[in-house]
Amino acid sequence: MSAEPRLYGVLAEFEDVDSLVAAARKVREAGYTRFDAHTPFPVHGLDDAMGVQPTILPWIVLLCGLIGLGGGFLLQWWTNAVDYPFVISGKPLFGLPGAVPVAYELTILLASFGAFFGMLALNGLPKWYHPLFRVARFSRATSDRFYLVIQGSDPFFSPATPEWLASLGASAVETVPEPDEPDTPPRWFKGLTWIVTSLALLPPAMIAKARFSEMQHPRVHLVKNMDFQKKFKAQQASPLFADGRAMRPDPAGTVARGDLDPTSTLATGRNPDGSYATAYPLAVDQALIERGRERFAIYCATCHGLDGRGDSMVARRALLRQGQQGTNWVPPADLTGEAVAAQPPGRIFETISRGRNTMPGYSQQIRPRDRWAIALYLEALRQAQAGLDAPGDKDNQEEAGR
Amino acid sequence: MAEVAARELPESIKPPDLIQGGEDFTSITNTVARVAEYKPPKGWYIAFGIAVSVLGVLLAMLGYLFWKGVGIWGNNQPVAWGWPIVNFVFWVGIGHAGTLISAVLFLFRQQWRTSINRFAEAMTIFAVMCAGLFPAIHVGRPWLAYWLFPIPNQMRMWPNFRSPLLWDVFAVSTYATVSLLFWYMGMVPDLATLRDRATKKLPRLLYGVFALGWTGSNRAWHRFERAYLLLAALATPLVLSVHSVVSFDFAVAQLPGWHTTIFPPYFVAGAIFSGFAMVITLMVPARQFFGLKNLVTMRHLENMCKVIMATGMMVGYAYGVEFFIAWYSGNKYEGFVFINRALGNYAWAYWTMVTCNVLLPQVFWFRKMRRNLVVMFVIAAFVNVGMWFERFVITVTSTSRDFLPSSWHYFTPTLFDAVILLGSFGLFFTFFLLFCRFLPTVAMAEVKTVLPEAHPGHHHQPAEVER
Ligand code: HEC
Repeated sequence: MSAEPRLYGVLAEFEDVDSLVAAARKVREAGYTRFDAHTPFPVHGLDDAMGVQPTILPWIVLLCGLIGLGGGFLLQWWTNAVDYPFVISGKPLFGLPGAVPVAYELTILLASFGAFFGMLALNGLPKWYHPLFRVARFSRATSDRFYLVIQGSDPFFSPATPEWLASLGASAVETVPEPDEPDTPPRWFKGLTWIVTSLALLPPAMIAKARFSEMQHPRVHLVKNMDFQKKFKAQQASPLFADGRAMRPDPAGTVARGDLDPTSTLATGRNPDGSYATAYPLAVDQALIERGRERFAIYCATCHGLDGRGDSMVARRALLRQGQQGTNWVPPADLTGEAVAAQPPGRIFETISRGRNTMPGYSQQIRPRDRWAIALYLEALRQAQAGLDAPGDKDNQEEAGR
Repeated sequence: MAEVAARELPESIKPPDLIQGGEDFTSITNTVARVAEYKPPKGWYIAFGIAVSVLGVLLAMLGYLFWKGVGIWGNNQPVAWGWPIVNFVFWVGIGHAGTLISAVLFLFRQQWRTSINRFAEAMTIFAVMCAGLFPAIHVGRPWLAYWLFPIPNQMRMWPNFRSPLLWDVFAVSTYATVSLLFWYMGMVPDLATLRDRATKKLPRLLYGVFALGWTGSNRAWHRFERAYLLLAALATPLVLSVHSVVSFDFAVAQLPGWHTTIFPPYFVAGAIFSGFAMVITLMVPARQFFGLKNLVTMRHLENMCKVIMATGMMVGYAYGVEFFIAWYSGNKYEGFVFINRALGNYAWAYWTMVTCNVLLPQVFWFRKMRRNLVVMFVIAAFVNVGMWFERFVITVTSTSRDFLPSSWHYFTPTLFDAVILLGSFGLFFTFFLLFCRFLPTVAMAEVKTVLPEAHPGHHHQPAEVER
């Protein structure tokens, strides 16, 4: 330990703002560089008097904001369009407008971090200790007094400095020694800090572990109400029904899936020898045609149009979008045209049942009887339209004259 | 420039000083710091006791909720968003005034804000905490709520960024974080004041830790002020975006009564409205209790009443426009929803909302009323109620009468809904009372800057011309 304590600097106290600003200006003009003012609130005009250079903080904030903006877009694009692409509500995997809100918030978030942490870092905060904290009178620096401090390490500093400083209108001047040992946090506080920091590291560690390992067992459910639900399962008893069973018998006449003879003409549209059926395997009457018309309007007209010629809303819309986003639309066939007219009913039936080329099959939605009904209706439709188009038809001539 | 003109005006109509009662630097420090240094009045203990009990009830309810599941609420099809979402929007809205007062009024150099901004910011933080609670418990399995964040996980899945609900997660959590930073940063110099005044060891240590070693250095103040300005400039667009994004939760859904473009501005105006009402509700008793009458003057309260009236009329305008558009769009479903709102099952809620939000604040046209503490307290309380009903009307009327009349349903909340809403007030007031007790409730450093003697050469110029 040295006998003479090292000098941190000299502290001058001022009663009001005016004398502080005036003194600060003189200190700067005298050539001092390592000096600072300490005030309870920002005093305007003091920056100018002290020659404080504008801070670079705004640039830090700008940079952080840009990182937030770019990072925000990148995050959304990479997670939703690249790493884990899934289509939802028909929306594109990544769309700029929908990505704006999150990128906007992240811009502000990161810029704010930049402002807050940048300010702290530039100011050298947080700081546990400062030599001025040992000066009793300095506690008023955060309340109602104003201080100027010239550091002992300033090249201009001389033993005469304190006296000179006093002459600038200071109400008190005091030299501040540099303590041999700076104050340090109490031990328990350090320990606490360590514990809190290590605990804070736990969640990221758990995330990392989860990401890079595979679970062998299902997740532990703290609340088991999903595992054991209040519901009836097969073969259980239930007081709800007269027969005391939770399982209900099938309604009368139900045919289970696959119970229909899968090789019959009715089910395949083909004769036993493999050729297409040329006749209908059920009674043809007006009611069947009507049924076919109804089913056709429900299941087929969406694509083929009510008149069967393929000019439906779906087809028109698809044509509009032809070529966009890699679409390659095959227009629905003209069901009244030559190609389809030449086909035996068995083949139409098969087309409906199993689909053909790009057309999907409808066996899951339409019962066999109804498929035959549609095939029959198609034939009726074709004949009706042929009659309409015949030369001399009144409606047709009007059409041509328009 | 208005202030320059004010100088030539006769004394009688000149705006009064922002700070009254001849306060100076020393007395401001004393007035504010004393609140944190001495034992609070008895009323504080009573209020705190009640708040903590209510908070306890909330925690118990949450425990039961986690155990039993969200079925304990009234939410069901078709009203799948019941009170929890109503409460969420209600609290987020309240949380807007704080940042608005601190940031927007700061940018506009409205110096009257200095006395109330700390208070309002604290209110924001605690209101956003309450708000954040509700979506978190509404997800059904709250212990998995972290799935809302893009955290790498063993399922190799990512959240859906194309949903407004996820935007909401980002908006609200950004808002909570930035408000906290803003509030805390502004408080650092004042915490240093408390540190320097503390006589006991533990308070000195704790205030000291949170004051981060602040010495009031002018070089530090320079960067501090810059940072504060930047944060204000960032918080302003943020505050506008947050409630806009909250409104997207509704507006992006294709439900009549929700699917409207007026929602973002309408929600933002409503948020400011409800936030200011809450500030008055809290401020009027607090300034009485803690002897802050010279700092939070009648002029401050009067200004807030004016803001309440103005935003109340904006909200009223939005109610009107919604009806106009419902008719003008020619959309049958939209038209039905609005007729149903005003005349249907929930007409009582709708008219409660209109009365509280549009009609009652009209009394603030009268100066006498704007300066009457009882009147403003009562009106502000009504506005709080009215704004809760606004969210209720929006959320519930539209869903309870959706597209399929066979599933129409009259929403009835359960006791749990009510107790959890009440409990959220316990959460809010517990934190708020702790804040009032232990932290600087008024931004001392900032208030000092609006005193005339804070400006060099103040004898030549009036204070407000500077800055
Ligand atoms: C999703 C749209 C769509 C629906 C619905 C649809 N089709 Fe098709 N259909 C098509 C398309 C596309 C083609 C042309 C397929 C090709 O050549 O690639 C087609 C072709 C056809 C053909 C000609 C097949 C051949 O031999 O080339 C027939 C017959 C036919 N459809 C009948 C029907 C009937 C009957 C229905 C109602 C049960 C129906 N379609 C429903 C899209 C549809």
